[in-house]
Parts: sequence; structure tokens; C-alpha cells
Amino acid sequence: MNKVVTGPDEAIFDIKDGATLMLGGFGLCGIPENCIAALVKKGVKELTCISNNAGVDDFGIGLLLQQKQVRKMISSYVGENAEFERQLLSGELLVELIPQGTLATRCMAAGYGMPAIYTPAGVGTEVAIGKEVRSFSGKEYLMEYAFDADFAIVKAWKGDTLGNLIFHATARNFNPLMAMAGKITIAEVEELVPAGSLDPDLIHTPGIYVHRIFEGKNYEKRIEQLTISHA
Amino acid sequence: MPLTKEQIAQRIASELKHGFYVNLGIGIPTLVANYIPPGVDVILQSENGLLGMGPFPTADKVDPDLINAGKQTITTVKGSVFFDSAVSFGMIRAGKVDLTVLGAMEVSDQGDIANWKIPGKMVKGMGGAMDLVASARNIIVAMMHTNPKGESKLLSQCELPLTGVRCVKKVVTDLAVLDITPDGFLLRERAPGVTVEEIQSKTAGKLVIPAEVPEIVL
Repeated sequence: MNKVVTGPDEAIFDIKDGATLMLGGFGLCGIPENCIAALVKKGVKELTCISNNAGVDDFGIGLLLQQKQVRKMISSYVGENAEFERQLLSGELLVELIPQGTLATRCMAAGYGMPAIYTPAGVGTEVAIGKEVRSFSGKEYLMEYAFDADFAIVKAWKGDTLGNLIFHATARNFNPLMAMAGKITIAEVEELVPAGSLDPDLIHTPGIYVHRIFEGKNYEKRIEQLTISHA
Repeated sequence: MPLTKEQIAQRIASELKHGFYVNLGIGIPTLVANYIPPGVDVILQSENGLLGMGPFPTADKVDPDLINAGKQTITTVKGSVFFDSAVSFGMIRAGKVDLTVLGAMEVSDQGDIANWKIPGKMVKGMGGAMDLVASARNIIVAMMHTNPKGESKLLSQCELPLTGVRCVKKVVTDLAVLDITPDGFLLRERAPGVTVEEIQSKTAGKLVIPAEVPEIVL
């Protein structure tokens, strides 16, 4: 079995207009830079993107927004992006804002084969509108459905040829959850190693969830808020 | 004198207990980390996936893969651990985090909070705030007592879209420390030199005033 593809263009070759994509990352941390660039190059449109954030104007998912490739964003926080704001206010872009933990857990449910979850986040707020509310032990919860995504695109630190993945620091964030949740999961990694090279005890994402993997190039890893201590 | 934002953070820091796991929101809450009392060990949770958040790095230690929930570069402390976002909100939802401190645009005298959306203006999103307020065992709000127009942010009912319902336990403002009780805002302490009358005039929600309201000691 070999899941290795030549690069991002081959990895995303069958992503078509109108596809629903999960994109890993928190802010600009741990985002699949190579695949985003390939999606921009390919020019697929009308995408629905499930991602915690929407990048900044000129990086991350912001690059897809610039080219008007995104029809709908499903996110928890979308600040820091003026083009996003313009498209939202002009009606070109649809946005569904959902609580961050709900976003994470709806990914998790998909990867665990569960159709829905119950969470207290959003009870009594506009997030609850139209949703089933159920009481357990006297506390109210909203039913939220598992996500249904055509592709999950994630970024890992190390991966092997069987698709096993290890993440680094807080670049882990949504990546392992989305890796488990896509019908087809594409992983780009900083270092691709032969199967057997990774300690099985230390693998975060079992390769069974990953369909295509490649070693990415030229990671910029842009920092959104550089904060320095002078101590 | 009303408290400065740093002094609000300092007052909240005195609520920290040894061994607490604490989540600090963006803004004034972040400053609480600068005033953790000596001898009190707390572990800071950052909801993007870290327990054991340390201070900002020196220039040579910056790692773009290591940020907090405000997307600032940070460090880890001894014994820290990384995890994915489902585990992060799992520990929040399961009530494992002892204290959450966050900012607010409005708080009601029943403990409702609004802090994520102003209709008609750009909506940035709730991030993790709705998850945190729905599950945290103890929630302290850090905010100014009035908005820039001078209007009270402590109301009988929130006017802005809610983040959570009946969840806030305590509010620390530049003017006062207030507990949320079934009877409304219970005035516990006042900023040095600030009168009970001034606090009353700037509190739109129901205010319960005990016979003695000591000044805040920092």
C-alpha cells in the first residue's frame, strides 16, 4: 500500500466546483499551505470551506477568498480579513458561525461514525434557533450534526507512507479531527518518512483515515501576532 | 479612583487558588497571568490546544507552531501538554477547568453574558466563548463598568445577542466587584474612592447594596 502522491496538484486533482472541504489549522497555525496554493492554481469555485478561521487577506484561506472561490465558510471566528468582510456584506459569501468546540466536536463525530452530538454551547442564544434542544440531568443541550465533507485537507509535522501522522505543538488544533472526518483525506507533511520509521506509540492520526500524503515544500508559517518577551 | 485595566486583572488574580486550571480570554483577562500571587501555582489552558501556557518567547525562541487562542506567539512551561481541539473543548465541557475569565460587552443581573456580536456591524464570530460560558464551573467577567458612551454594561437584560445564559458568577469592573446572586448584582467591593452612589448610578441592572461595602485592596 502506498498513499504517497507527487505533490499538492495530484493530491487535489479530483476536487471539483461545489465541493465541501475541511481545512485544518487555527488562525494561520498548522494550515495546509501547499494544498491551498494548489486550489488557487486549479481555480475550483463555489467551495464550502469548514475551517475554524478564514485566514488573513493575503494568506491561508484568504487566498481562496481573493479569487472568489469560496461560496460558504463554516467557521467559529473570521476576524482579521477585510476581503472576507467585503464579500460577506455584499452577499457574495455565505457564512455560518458556530462555536469552536461545536466545530471541533462535529468533526470528531464524523470521524467516530456518530451522526450527531449534544452540546450545551449556544443554548439560549441565536445559535440554538431551529435546533433540537434536549434536557439531560436537568441541563439543556443542542443537537448538532456530524459534518459531511467531501475532502479533508490537513497539515502534519511528520507522516509516513501509510498515512500515519504526528503533529507539532499547537499546530495540531483541528488537523487530527478533520483528518478523521473527510470522505477523502489529504495530508501534507513537513517530513515524509518510510512506514515503520515512526514510533507507533507516538502517532496521533492512524493512517487508515488518510488517503493521500505528500511532503510539502517552502512552508512560510506566517505568524499572525508576533509577541516577544524582552526579559 | 477607578481601577486601571491592569488593576482589574490584579484583583481577579487574587481569586486564583493553588492548583487551579484557568482559561483566560483575550483583553483584560490575558493580563491576569501577570499578577498570579506568589505561592499560587495555576495551569493556564489555551483552548487551541495547550495546558501549561508560558509567557511570550524571547526573539530567538519564537515558534510559529506555538501560539495561544489569541494567535500570539507563546511558550510552554514545565509539564505542559498539547492536544487537539476536541480534547480541548472536551475538558472545558466536562467542567475540568476551574475558572474562566473573559471580557464582555454586557452582563445581566441574572448572569447572562453578551460578548460576540453587534448587529449591523461586522460580526467576527464567537470563537470558543459560547463553549466556555456554557460549561465552565466558575466564570468571572472582566470589563469596564460603562461603555465608551458612558452607558451601563450591567443591565437587567442584555440587549445584544447572548453568548450564554445564567452563567456568570462574578464581575470585576473598574468601579466594583459584584457577585451574581438570585437577587441581582451584589456589590461586594468598590474601587478606592469610588462611592456606592456612583456605582448605583452607573448600574442599570438590579443592584443589592449591603450595609458595608469595603474598598478593593490590591
